This record gives sequence, C-alpha cells and structure tokens, in this order.
Amino acid sequence: MSDAITIRNVTKQYIEGAGGTMALAGVDLSVRRGEVMLMMGPSGSGKTTLLSIMGCILRPTSGQVLLEGADVTAMAEKDLPAMRLRHIGFVFQGFNLFPTLTAGENVELSLGLKGIRGRAAKQEARRLLELVGIGEKFDSYPADISGGQKQRVAIARAVAGSPGSILADEPTAALDTQTGKAVVEMMAGLAHREDRAVVIVTHDNRLAEFADRFVHLEDGRIASPDS
Amino acid sequence: MPPLARRNLIHDKVRLAVTLTGIAFSVVLMAVQWGLFRGFSTSTSGLIDHSGADIWVTAKNTAYLEQAIPYNERKYYQVLATPGVGKAIKYLVRWATWKQPGGRAESVAIVGCDPDAAMGTPFDLVAGDAQQLKQPNAVIIDRIYADKLDAHRVGDMAEINEYRAKVVGFTDGIRTFTTSPYVFTTFKNAQDYTGIHEDQINFVLVKAAPGVDIGKLKADLEARLPDNDVFTTAEFSRMTQHYWMFTTGAGIAVLMAAALGLVVGIAVVAQTIYATTMDHIREYGTLKAMGAPNRYVLGVILQQAAMAAAMGYAIGMAVSLFVVRGAASGGANILLSWQTAVGLFFLTVVMCATAAVVSVNKILSLDPAMVFKG
Repeated sequence: MSDAITIRNVTKQYIEGAGGTMALAGVDLSVRRGEVMLMMGPSGSGKTTLLSIMGCILRPTSGQVLLEGADVTAMAEKDLPAMRLRHIGFVFQGFNLFPTLTAGENVELSLGLKGIRGRAAKQEARRLLELVGIGEKFDSYPADISGGQKQRVAIARAVAGSPGSILADEPTAALDTQTGKAVVEMMAGLAHREDRAVVIVTHDNRLAEFADRFVHLEDGRIASPDS
Repeated sequence: MPPLARRNLIHDKVRLAVTLTGIAFSVVLMAVQWGLFRGFSTSTSGLIDHSGADIWVTAKNTAYLEQAIPYNERKYYQVLATPGVGKAIKYLVRWATWKQPGGRAESVAIVGCDPDAAMGTPFDLVAGDAQQLKQPNAVIIDRIYADKLDAHRVGDMAEINEYRAKVVGFTDGIRTFTTSPYVFTTFKNAQDYTGIHEDQINFVLVKAAPGVDIGKLKADLEARLPDNDVFTTAEFSRMTQHYWMFTTGAGIAVLMAAALGLVVGIAVVAQTIYATTMDHIREYGTLKAMGAPNRYVLGVILQQAAMAAAMGYAIGMAVSLFVVRGAASGGANILLSWQTAVGLFFLTVVMCATAAVVSVNKILSLDPAMVFKG
C-alpha cells in the first residue's frame, strides 16, 4: 500500500496567552491507501489539529506534510484549496450539508467544484448515493432525512471526485450506536474496496472493530503508534 | 452546478421579503425623487426649450427666464439689423395678478408673444390656436391650471391688472415651477397686463437665417449689443434650470431625498445580505474546507446580491410607474424616462454589490478550520 499522507516531525503551536500552547509536539505518521486509521485520545490531545494539518486546512509550525507525495508545507497558501479539492474528502461531526440543496445536489456541488457538471454530475451523484445506500433520497432535503442518512450523504459528498483520502472528524458523534457503526463500516468498505486512506477521529472505542490501525494521541504526541 | 445562491436567497421567505422591500423602497424613492427633479427642471425651462428660437437676447445679468429685466425696444431693431438674423420677435415674460370672476386673485406669469411668429407661441394646444390670440384681450392658459384660475372653457373671462382677459384656448402640460401659471397673450396685451412701458421689452427671440452659424451670430450680436446678454437657447435653458434647482435649494432638497433613497437601500440590503451570509457562514466554511476557491464562494454572495437587485428593481419600478401615473393625474410632473430606468437598474446593481462588500470581507477572512469546531 502507498502512502496517501505522510507527516514528518510536525509541531503546531498556537499563539494564545503567555508562551502559547503546543498542540502537536513532533508527530511522525503515515496514512496508507486502503487502510482505516482510527485516531483517538482525550480532548485537547491534538487530534483535530493533526486532522486539520493532514487536510491542508491548517499549516504546521514546523515539520513536513506530504500529500500524495507533494510537499504541501512548501506550497503557497493560495495553492492549498486546490490540493484539498483534488486529494481530500471531509466528513464532519455535524454533517455540514447545505440545507437549501437536496441530497443529490449536495453531492453534485462537490463534483461541480471538481469540474464534473451537468448530466455527468447528476449520474455520478446518483451512483454515489446508491453506493452509500440512500439512492432513493436523491431529491430529499437534509431537513427531511435522518441523522444517519445525512452522514451517508456527507460521505457520498466526501468521496465525490475520488479523492485519495477521507478525513472524518467524530463522524458518529451525532448518531446512535447502531447507525454510527453502520456509517463507519461503510467508510471502511470504501477504504478497502476503493483503495482510499480513511482517517477517523473519534472517542468511540466501539468503532475499533473497523480499524486497520490505531493512533493514540496524548499531549500532542503519538502515545501508541501502529498499535 | 446546483443553484446555491438562488436557493440560499429564497430559502428564508421572510428575509427575502424584507430584502426586496428594502430594495424596492430604495428604487421607488430614487426614481420618484429623480423624476421630480427632472420634472421640475424641465418645467423651469419649458418655455425656453419649446420656444423654437436659436438665440435669446436679454438684459445684462439676467440669470433666469422669470427675472425678465426690461430694456428698451431699440435693441430689438439693432438685432433685426444684424447680418445673419433670419427672424426676430419681441417677447415678454412678467408677473401679474389674475382676478377670477368671483374676485379671487392669483399670481400668474404673462407671456407676451407674436401669434404669427414660429417662435415663442403657445404649444401643445388642446383647444384653440395661437391665431386666436389676435382677438381683443385674448389669452391661452394650460388646462392643468383651469381650477386654479377658475377658467374651464373657451370664452371664460377674467381680469388681469384691471384689463379684461378672455380665454381662447388651452394648452396641455405647460407646467410652471412656481405657483404662478403661464398666461399666453400678444406682446401688446402683455405690456398692458403687466404695466410695462410700451417701449420696453424683456427679450428678443432670434432665429438665425438658413446656413448661418449660431455661434458666430451670437458673437456678432454680443459685439453689437454690449449692454445686453446674448445666449443660445440651450445656454439660457441651463441657466434657468440651474437658478431654480440650485440657487433656490429646491433641487438640492429633491436630490438629497434621492441620495437618501440610495443610502437607505444600501443599508437595508447590506444588513439583510450580511444576515443571510451569517446564517450560512458554516456552509461557506464547509465550502472553503472542501477546497472551493474564494471566487466561487464570493460568486455565491454576489449572485445573491444581483438576484435581489433584479427582483427588487422590478418591483420598485412597477411601483414607481404606478406613482408616476397617480402623480400625473394629481398635477405633479415626475419624469421617468427609459434612460432613467436603465440608469436606476445599474445603480441598484451597484447598490446591492456595495451592500455585499461587508459580507465579502467576512467570507475572505473566514477560517475553514471553523468546520472542526463542533
């Protein structure tokens, strides 16, 4: 399996208060295609910061981040959105769907940003919603579907355009246990079947059965790599 | 691409109604106030613009039509003797008092002209014609002021400066900026009605001979009449408009109201677009996190502003046309030309784009990492 994301000796310091806060203190990590990595740790351990850096949303204070082999830490700020668009799909705790668009349109929007538009986008959006098991909700608005269905739409949106990595921040936090497990199982299936790297930040130990790898963060450091 | 801008705009019907009301109100205010300004301006110089003359010879330092300082009619003959003058007539404008049969008095502006000339005669006649003015004590008034002057039919009588006046015709739409209606009569009658000495005149209206350059003729007349002012019709029209609209402050007041409409529009639209942006701020953060370029996100905001502008403009113009028609039947002159309508459309778009600037700044400074904060 090839590396989708490589993190080398990354630190992140937030300049807040006296002396600032060291959120990450020298993290080394590789995420490989085709695997599901569960990132766990107590609140404030740096999980979301690391996920943001992996997703090119946040820049590290020092260290190197390689995305599909490209050094994003050497890139200009203006080039990062294009890297995110091409290589990363995000799944958020609160779904973050566009409430004024239907499920199908939410996926079409993601495809449109990647240059897939019109009939091709509609067909692909329908295929992706069917892939996550809610093809019949294509014309439904987010307000009219359940939490689990919303998260499935979010996953379909994240995989639209075939990015190499899916980064999920607490994707089951707003779901009941059964639905949460089903959602993560589906994400694991996508990782294995479609050779994507899936990183899931979670507090939920019950999702362990779907992980290929665990990373436990504490105080900005990896406490138990590759366990 | 899914129509995110349109959906966001129409998603909250109440907010959309507030936005469109604000824009439409602004458009109506600007259209009506600018139309009033144009209407007022046109009415101040209507006689000059429709005179048919090329050049006006006035007393020295005359600033506007109604100022009409008298000067000796010898100047009229000097004008006639100037090479290049095709036709010249004596013309008189002066205030007088119109006394209705019931005894009520109204101030009027007497316009003394030559009924046989193709200059300075009454226009837009709906009853009678200029030749009727040759009858003894004949006058022509505008039907807009029929009630004010209590003269509704041809043949109705009144008294001007103790001389009889008989209505022989009506014009339609010759408004006056002041409260004193124009009363057309012959130059001779006008001298009697206004008590001006028989060798005094206010103006000489000049028509250049065919092929004569008006600029050169004006210069020749200025050289021959150093104690008078000589203006082209366009110059005298502008001067008169400027006097009434800016020296009296009337125009400034109307323009201020129009500007107020613009400011109110910007404020209302800015507030509503900003509120809409803040309502959807998390979605915009999500778009940025997904990798949408700033130009796409800004495009959504500006599309919303443009759509709101178009809808608000359409409503505003419909209401404005209704107001203009209502005002016309009530005697007010609001000029709403197609040029004004087109100009207002672009002004509305600019207004909405300006109003979106605050929201655009908010989006540009938006940190996509916000999507991970709960």
